[in-house]
Amino acid sequence: MGTVPSALKHCLSYQHLLKEQLWIAEPPAAAHPAQEPQASGLPEYIKIVEVGPRDGLQNEKVIVPTDTKIELINQLSKTGLPAIEVTSFVSSKWVPQMADHKEVMRGIERHPGVQYPVLTPNLQGFHSAIAAGATEVSVFGAASESFSKMNINCSIEESIERFEEVTKSARNMNIPVRGYVSCALGCPYEGKVVPDKVAEVSKRLYSMGCYEISLGDTIGVGTPGSMKKMLEAVMKEIPLSALAVHCHDTYGQALANILTAIQMGVAVVDSSVAGLGGCPYAKGATGNVATEDVIYMLNGLGINTGVNLCAVMEAGNFICTALNKKTNSKVAQASFSTGTTN
Amino acid sequence: ASGAYPKRVKVVEVGPRDGLQNEKNVVPTPVKINLINMLSETGLQVIEATSFVSPKWVPQMADHTEVMQGINKLPGISYPVLTPNLKGFQAAVAAGAKEVSIFGAASELFTKKNINCSIEESLERFDEVMRAAKEANIPVRGYVSCVLGCPYEGKISAAKVAEVSKKMYSMGCYEISLGDTIGVGTPGSMREMLAVVMKEVPVGALAVHCHDTYGQALANILVALQMGVSVVDASVAGLGGCPYAQGASGNVATEDLVYMLNGLGIHTGVDLQKLMDTGTFICNALNRKTNSKVSQASCRL
Repeated sequence: MGTVPSALKHCLSYQHLLKEQLWIAEPPAAAHPAQEPQASGLPEYIKIVEVGPRDGLQNEKVIVPTDTKIELINQLSKTGLPAIEVTSFVSSKWVPQMADHKEVMRGIERHPGVQYPVLTPNLQGFHSAIAAGATEVSVFGAASESFSKMNINCSIEESIERFEEVTKSARNMNIPVRGYVSCALGCPYEGKVVPDKVAEVSKRLYSMGCYEISLGDTIGVGTPGSMKKMLEAVMKEIPLSALAVHCHDTYGQALANILTAIQMGVAVVDSSVAGLGGCPYAKGATGNVATEDVIYMLNGLGINTGVNLCAVMEAGNFICTALNKKTNSKVAQASFSTGTTN
Repeated sequence: ASGAYPKRVKVVEVGPRDGLQNEKNVVPTPVKINLINMLSETGLQVIEATSFVSPKWVPQMADHTEVMQGINKLPGISYPVLTPNLKGFQAAVAAGAKEVSIFGAASELFTKKNINCSIEESLERFDEVMRAAKEANIPVRGYVSCVLGCPYEGKISAAKVAEVSKKMYSMGCYEISLGDTIGVGTPGSMREMLAVVMKEVPVGALAVHCHDTYGQALANILVALQMGVSVVDASVAGLGGCPYAQGASGNVATEDLVYMLNGLGIHTGVDLQKLMDTGTFICNALNRKTNSKVSQASCRL
């Protein structure tokens, strides 16, 4: 519409816009008169769980050196993120990208008030994690038998038994355990996944002692429609405060799905800085939703996260440079490309 | 908040105009015609075909007459064209246009930079078009740019958006498409803006035109749907970058929108596979990757 060239010459650069527009760059100030999150039914505060260093890097083609991982996590620790998933204590035979789990765990700065959970697929991994200094762990279940079989070579029931060993030990040591349920909105092998199955697996994980259940749309096929149905089923079994959503943006639906979840009261959202981590089931497609884009949305909704968006973008810029790749965050893309400056 | 959704949504396809106009590469006339013809086979009811604006300003749309005359006009499908003034309107009608669009803005500075006049002056220009259109029985769609933010002014008041929308609606536009021109809007600002606009313009006459520059488009559209809006603009393959942020994306991809609406059980009449095939065609012609995530994911496994 109209003369683009002259528009480019004179408009504000996005960096400038960021500095000017509170709602873009910073978390909302308290009691913003125009925003009434309570009235709109949305949570006042949302906990962001940053999974970039684990879920993200695990699914990137390029493997980064240990020092780079540590630097990334240290940068993320300064952004205000309350939880950062650091690494995975799984056999390096299966997941070579996480082979340096001990070094990473021991090498990072531990900021007070920040949690540093690690994945522990079984008791052996759990012990290894504790020895390396972990103070919170995660276990990964799935709502699909086929996925469970293909991913960890056992049935859902068998995986639950393995996790029970972990949660029992964890309880004895006062270590909180987070439970993940994969394929909550669809499975790359089975296709459709029944909400009741998601509820059933979630309930098992919650009953065995997981303090939080993160419901993962592993292949990103979910939409606000299927998200709503799934959450309705799960909310019958698990208290809202113990639920989190872990949305993949493979079909571009992540933010809309997250919005649906928070409209239903979910107050914990997983995301990955710079949208690190492609989808192993769809070549070239994206995976995790970008933390920057989530925070941008939550800021605009007047929801507090405690996270500094600019700081996250900088961490994203750092890791993308190290990985020699473009960011998957649209906010970062729009913000680092200034067009022309005046 | 997450109440009932509309049962049907009308998708307005702006790829051939808004999309191609904002692409770096220019495609030849036959490619544009083929694009529109393919889109006509997908079930889309409205396809914005071209812009009758001087080629001095918008060279990508210089072939507007040939495109308008060259496309297959299928019954039941509308092919609106942009007409910035009376001259453009007359040229459009002469070339066979049966529906036109006019572009206003909620920002004085944007209007000045874009078309070198004030909002008031731009509406006077459109008045001429409205009168001629009324006489010729040609429906006019009104666009309001910068509804959630302006690249020059920054924050835009919802009251201003409502004022401009109301004026254009009163002038005779049958529909007002509210455009988040630089994609800075969020579900928060979308809700706030619509609440104010809906006091002045009936929701049945409202459409949203969201840009995905900050990845917020589908979430913003979701909120609009929740508030009763049932007309959504989108661009096949997400054609059309943002002229204000080099390398950033612009229009939301029609494929991704339809995927979401399908998942919500909302009827659009659009065949997603045919749409994706059309996106593949135009991306090959433009020698670029698609901006549609659905399309990206579907070439897989």
